[in-house]
Amino acid sequence: MKTLADLQAIKENLQSQMDLRNESHAGTRIAVGMATCGIAAGARPVVTAFSDSVQEHKLHGVAVTLTGCIGLCSQEPIAEVTTPKDGKVTYVKMTPEKAKRVVEEHIIGGNVVKEYTIENNK
Amino acid sequence: MYRSQVLVCGGTGCTSSGSPAIIERLHEEIKKNGLENEVQVVRTGCFGLCALGPIMIVYPEGCFYSAVKEEDIPEIVSEHLLKGRIVERLLYQETVTENGIKPLNDTNFYKKQHRVALRNCGVINPENIDEYIAVDGYQALGKALNEMTPEQVIQTILDSGLRGRGGAGFPTGKKWQLARTIVQDGGQKYVCCNADEGDPGAFMDRSVLEGDPHVVIEAMAIAGYAIGATQGYIYVRAEYPIAVQRLRIAINQAREYGLLGKNIFGKGFDFDLDIRLGAGAFVCGEETALMTSIEGKRGEPRCRPPFPAEKGLFQRPTVLNNVETYANIPQIILKGADWFSSMGTEKSKGTKVFALGGKINNTGLVEIPMGTTLREIVYEIGGGIPGGKKFKAAQTGGPSGGCIPTEHLDIKIDYDNLIAIGSMMGSGGLIVMDEDNCMVDIAKFFLEFTVDESCGKCTPCRIGTKRLYEMLHKITSGNGTLEDLDKMEKLCYYIKNNSLCGLGQTAPNPVLSTLRYFKDEYIAHVVDKKCPAGVCTRLLQYKIIEDKCKGCTACARVCPAGAISGNVKEPHSIDPAKCIKCGACMSKCKFGAIIKE
Repeated sequence: MKTLADLQAIKENLQSQMDLRNESHAGTRIAVGMATCGIAAGARPVVTAFSDSVQEHKLHGVAVTLTGCIGLCSQEPIAEVTTPKDGKVTYVKMTPEKAKRVVEEHIIGGNVVKEYTIENNK
Repeated sequence: MYRSQVLVCGGTGCTSSGSPAIIERLHEEIKKNGLENEVQVVRTGCFGLCALGPIMIVYPEGCFYSAVKEEDIPEIVSEHLLKGRIVERLLYQETVTENGIKPLNDTNFYKKQHRVALRNCGVINPENIDEYIAVDGYQALGKALNEMTPEQVIQTILDSGLRGRGGAGFPTGKKWQLARTIVQDGGQKYVCCNADEGDPGAFMDRSVLEGDPHVVIEAMAIAGYAIGATQGYIYVRAEYPIAVQRLRIAINQAREYGLLGKNIFGKGFDFDLDIRLGAGAFVCGEETALMTSIEGKRGEPRCRPPFPAEKGLFQRPTVLNNVETYANIPQIILKGADWFSSMGTEKSKGTKVFALGGKINNTGLVEIPMGTTLREIVYEIGGGIPGGKKFKAAQTGGPSGGCIPTEHLDIKIDYDNLIAIGSMMGSGGLIVMDEDNCMVDIAKFFLEFTVDESCGKCTPCRIGTKRLYEMLHKITSGNGTLEDLDKMEKLCYYIKNNSLCGLGQTAPNPVLSTLRYFKDEYIAHVVDKKCPAGVCTRLLQYKIIEDKCKGCTACARVCPAGAISGNVKEPHSIDPAKCIKCGACMSKCKFGAIIKE
């Protein structure tokens, strides 16, 4: 290590991991239903996809958490995305691919991915 | 990449209450549930709430689990980490509210704290230099080398108002300035770190070294740059094995990254560090004795002046600072002198770490802005005294300090205020005492310590403390006279004025301050031959209240000395000549019929 830039590179490399330990998540929260129904429907890879995608894009202040059964077991895996702009949006029948799109279009882009939401999948 | 992190405290407190087994079990269970690529386990330094250990915290939820047992781990992993259901029964109750959990920083214990020196303790993995860098580690060293002259570094420390956290409170910037300017012959200078924390009940420095070792390394390198030194020594006591091990790891990592060694940041500045282990002598916390010990000689103090800034280690100019002092430096360089001096009181800037111990609910480590009152520390942060007992005094400064009685509970804690009431800041041990503590006995306890630890080089300390201890012993045995109290006070001032080093000069403080605030207790011992708190066994008598005694014989059976006699179903009595005052009968009696007075 010879310059401040080298130091900065190490810092940025680990920043997203350290962000996890910040309790003041400024608002955006992704909660994936991980009750028995969710796990059976394949919620685990969805959680990982959300978490990886958030960290790959180096997003700050976005928490990926697990939650229990929301009561709509037939629609699992379910993910609730809460942002300051759009409030709570519930996505249903999620897959890792869909999760990536939600991060990119909804959380980064600010446009709710309407085709995955509960309202359009009844 | 990980979606969740489990931080487990790896400080000495939680390690002894079982955190290594918890970490091992966590790894096992996480693997069993196939979560090893999703959940990361991080062993950190001390969180501060040692009374509730072992402690762990799960992110991103920020769930604070306290007093975790190994058997709880499968439940935490399968419920919380796998299914996202928080295990409420294990949460720190202070964080549980009707609307879910509240952040740790809003709890009483953490709310009034302000963490500067401890900012990374319990947050990062101390054995991973990358994590330290990720929280702005080594940025201050980079800034100093790239953007500042040594004079500017010293000026910043001077302006910040930082004073030595080892206890005496000498301005740190002044020390650095002297070491830079007083001898300018181009020869070797040294930077030393005093990590020989020996006060009974103090563990601030240990926690910094265990939780954030790199901050000390970075600060020492900055000090080296400021005064023109290329070599540093950390003098740490061998009784801190975890701290020593983490320091070793940290130094090696810093060398690998080129943050120690030759030509740091390509700026032509060389600096390296070595560890020297102390062998458990309290006097080696005194600066001249510490340096003598580093030189490989018997750890004895010498006269000052010359001060270390002029003639220190190996007779060369040396800066010696305490661990906590160093822990403040990188933040001051990064955030500026104004930021630091905005905290605290007029003459004492910044924060101070205290190790809370004794009769207090939240035993542990706290960092508060200077000027916080003792009442806030004891009753708000510390959570009060167990069993609803009454506060009697707080002891600060260990064997060199004094007691702060109830009437001074609202004193704003800083260097000068504490000296004014006959105590001192000390390195930060804060022992709380309640109505069950005998102040004469406390003074005797600390004197016993200094008698043991006096190095013997100068007579006032070697013989004076011994005589002082004997007088205290005489008083607690019930043989003291009022004349002894006067003699004792005289001897105290004699020792203070004539001892060679800080150890002897401060050793009488516990006696002087208890004499000042609790003279009535001394008089009770001397005149009434009674110990009001019921501690000094030779002045105690156990008695059976006849009306309450049912004659169950439980006491007679438990008495190891056969001092209790009486017939079944008739009141018993204690023979004072045989009684050894062990108290076994009193704790055995179900009817509260036995009292001590």
